[in-house]
Amino acid sequence: MADKRLEIKGVSLNFGGLAVVADLDIDVNEGEIVSVIGPNGAGKTTLFNLITGIYRPDAGDIVLDGKSLVGLQPHQISQRGVSRTFQSLRLFLNMSVIENVMAAAYGNTHAGVFRSMLRTPGMRREEREIREFASQRLAFFGERLMGYRWDQPAYSLSYANRRRLEIARATATKPTLLLLDEPAAGMNPVETHEIAELIGRLRDEGGYTILVIEHDMHVVEGISDRVVALDHGVKIAEGTFDEVATNPRVVEAYLGTKAAATK
Amino acid sequence: MTDSTPHSSETPASGPAVGQDEWVARHAERRLIRGGPLAPMEERLRAVPWWVWLTLFVGVMCLLPAVTASGYVRRVAFDTVLYMMLALGLNVVVGWGGLLDLGYVAFYGLGAYSYALLDSDQFHVHLPAYVAIPVVVVIGAIAGFLLGLPSRRLHGDYLAIVTLFFLQLFQTIATNGDSIFGHNVTGGAFGIFTVKPLHAFGHNLVVQHQGVFAVTYYFVALGFFALIYVALRFVNLSRTGRAWRSLREDPLAAEAMGMPVNALKLMSFAFGAAIAALTGTIFASLSASVLPLTFYFVLLITIYTMVILGGSGSMRGVVLGALVIGPLLELLRDPNKSRIIFYVALIGGLVFAFRRSRRLGIVVAATLAFGFVCHAIAGALHHSWIAGSADGGLQHVVSYWLIIPKHLAGWIPPVSYVGVICVALVLTLVHGRLRLVLLPPTLYLAAFVWDNVMLTQPDPARYIVLGLILIALMIIRPNGLLGERRVEIV
Repeated sequence: MADKRLEIKGVSLNFGGLAVVADLDIDVNEGEIVSVIGPNGAGKTTLFNLITGIYRPDAGDIVLDGKSLVGLQPHQISQRGVSRTFQSLRLFLNMSVIENVMAAAYGNTHAGVFRSMLRTPGMRREEREIREFASQRLAFFGERLMGYRWDQPAYSLSYANRRRLEIARATATKPTLLLLDEPAAGMNPVETHEIAELIGRLRDEGGYTILVIEHDMHVVEGISDRVVALDHGVKIAEGTFDEVATNPRVVEAYLGTKAAATK
Repeated sequence: MTDSTPHSSETPASGPAVGQDEWVARHAERRLIRGGPLAPMEERLRAVPWWVWLTLFVGVMCLLPAVTASGYVRRVAFDTVLYMMLALGLNVVVGWGGLLDLGYVAFYGLGAYSYALLDSDQFHVHLPAYVAIPVVVVIGAIAGFLLGLPSRRLHGDYLAIVTLFFLQLFQTIATNGDSIFGHNVTGGAFGIFTVKPLHAFGHNLVVQHQGVFAVTYYFVALGFFALIYVALRFVNLSRTGRAWRSLREDPLAAEAMGMPVNALKLMSFAFGAAIAALTGTIFASLSASVLPLTFYFVLLITIYTMVILGGSGSMRGVVLGALVIGPLLELLRDPNKSRIIFYVALIGGLVFAFRRSRRLGIVVAATLAFGFVCHAIAGALHHSWIAGSADGGLQHVVSYWLIIPKHLAGWIPPVSYVGVICVALVLTLVHGRLRLVLLPPTLYLAAFVWDNVMLTQPDPARYIVLGLILIALMIIRPNGLLGERRVEIV
C-alpha cells in the first residue's frame, strides 16, 4: 500500500471542557477499507464531522492527497473528493429518488442560472449527462432503486433502500474517499450481508477508498483491511480485525474492566 | 444480535438474491388501478406536457377582455396576474429555498419606487421601459443579495425576524424619504404621484383609455407572467433548482454533498427579489403613483396566503392560490356576493368534513330545522325581530330561515361574535355525538353573526374570511391545494 489518501495528524477537538477527540492519528491508504469501531460516544461520528469540515479541529491537521482540509467549508471538502453518508439518514425526503442523486452532482457540474433559464444546448447536454450519471449510480444497487422508483419521492422508500440511496447520493459527488457512517444500522441479517458485499464492490468496482464506522462485527470482519478502535476520543488499537478484536483494551472498552479481568 | 449473518462474502443458498427486491418484482400487481370511466381520461390528461397547459391558461386569460368590457373586472384580472407573479417569486424563496422571508413585499415596493424614480417628474428622469425595467430588476436582485448577506447564516424564525425588520426599514425610509439629507426622494407618506406609464421608442403605453383601465397593461403583465413561469420552471429543473430544494430539505446534507449552501441562499433571495421588483415596475407604471402603505403587512399576508393555500413549492399551486385569493378578496367587498361565498364555503366545508357519511345529511337537516324553529319562535315573540331583510337577493331567501332583526340591540353584535368563537372552540374539544349535537346551533350562530354583524363592514370582514379559509385548509390539506406531500419525519 503505497499512497496515503487521508492522513489525520494529531487531531483534537473539545466541546467546552470535554475532549471529544484527543490527539488522534489515522492514515488511510489508497484503495483501502478501514473500519472505525468503538462504543457509543467514542468520537467516531465526530471524526467524520471533522474530516468533512462540519467541525474544525482545535489542534492537528487533516490532509487529503497531500493538501490540508482544515478550514475549508464542507462543500469545498466535498469537491476535493470526500463524500459521506449519515448515521441518522439525511436524505432530501421530498425530492424524487433520482433527484436526490442528481442534486449531489452539483459540485462537478457548471451550468449557471442564466444558462438554465435559457435552456441552452450546453445546459441541456449537461442535464442529460447528470441524469445518465445518476442512473448509473443507482444501477449500482441492482433493481432496488431502478425503474419506476426514480420518480417516486425518497420518503416512499423503505429504510434499507433509504440507506442504499444515501450511498448512491454520496457517490454522485465523484469522491475518492467515501465515509460511511454505520451503513448496516437497522438492517436485517440478509440486508446486512448485502451491505457488506456492497462495500467490497464499492472499493473493487467504484475504486473508492473507504472509511467506515460499523457496530456489526461480522461486517467489520468481512470487509476491513484494517480496523481502528476508538474509546473516549483516543485510538486504543489499530491493526487487522483479529489483532484489534483480541486486544485487551478493546475488550475492556466494550465490556468493562471486570469482564476483561474474568476473561 | 446478528448471529445469522454470514461471515464472509459467500451468498447464502436460500433467500432473495442480492439486488432483487420483492417490491420491485411485484410492482405491477401492487399498483393501484383507479377504476371508473374517468380513469383513461385522467391518464391522458397527465400525459399532456406542461407548456400546453401554460399556453392554454395564458390563452384563456387573454380571452377575458373579450368576454367583459368592464374596466373594473379587467383591473381585478390585472391585479390577479400581478399576484400570480408575486406568488411565483415568493415561491422561489419560501417554497424552494425554504427560507421564511417576511420582507418580501419590501422588494416589490423597492421595484415600484425604483421605477417611480426612473420615470417620473420627481427628479425629471424619464427612462424608456427597455432601460428602466432591466435596471429595476437588477436593483431588486442586488437588494435581495444585500439582505441575504447578513442573514445567510440564519434560518427559520431568526431569519423571519431579520427580514421583517427589513420590511419595516423599507417602510420607514419610504415614509420619511421626503427629507433624506434635505432632499425629497420618496415623497414621504404621500408617495410619488407623477409616475409615467411604460414608454419605449416614443410610444406611451397609456394607462387609461377614455377613463377606463387600458387592457394593454393586462397583456403586458400576462406576458411577463408567462416569461417568469417558463424561466422559473427551467431553473427549477436545473442543478440550481435541485440545490435549492435540497437546501430546503436538509441544509447540512446539502452542504456535505458539495452544494455551497450560503451562496445558494443568496441566489434564492436575489431571485425572489428580482421577480418582486419586476412586478413592482408594472404596478407603479399602471398606478401612476406609489404610496408607502401599499407595500405593507396586508399585502405580505395576502401573498403568503396564496402561496400556502396553493401549495408552497408547487408552481401550479401558487398560481392557483393567487387565482383563487385575488378575485375572492374583491368579491368579498360586496355584501351580497360575500354572502353567497359564505354559504357556499359553509356547505363546501361540511361536505369536505363529513365526506359521504350519513352524518352530513343529519347535520344539514338539523341545521335547517333548528333555523326554522328559531325563526318561528323569534317571529312569534316579536315581528320586528325577523323584519330586517330589505335588499332582496339571497338575503331575502335566507331571511325565511335566519333571524335578521330590523334593529340590532347594542349588546347583540359583541355577544354573538364572542359567542360564536367560544362555541367553535368548544367544538374542537368535544367529539362524537356531542359534537354532532353542537354543530347545528354553531352553524346557525355563525350565519347569524355573518349576516347581522360582519356584513355591515365587509372590508375588514373579508380578511377574517381569508383567515378562516386558511385555517380550514391547513386542517384538511396542510400541504395546500396542489402542494407535493411534505414529510418532516425521518
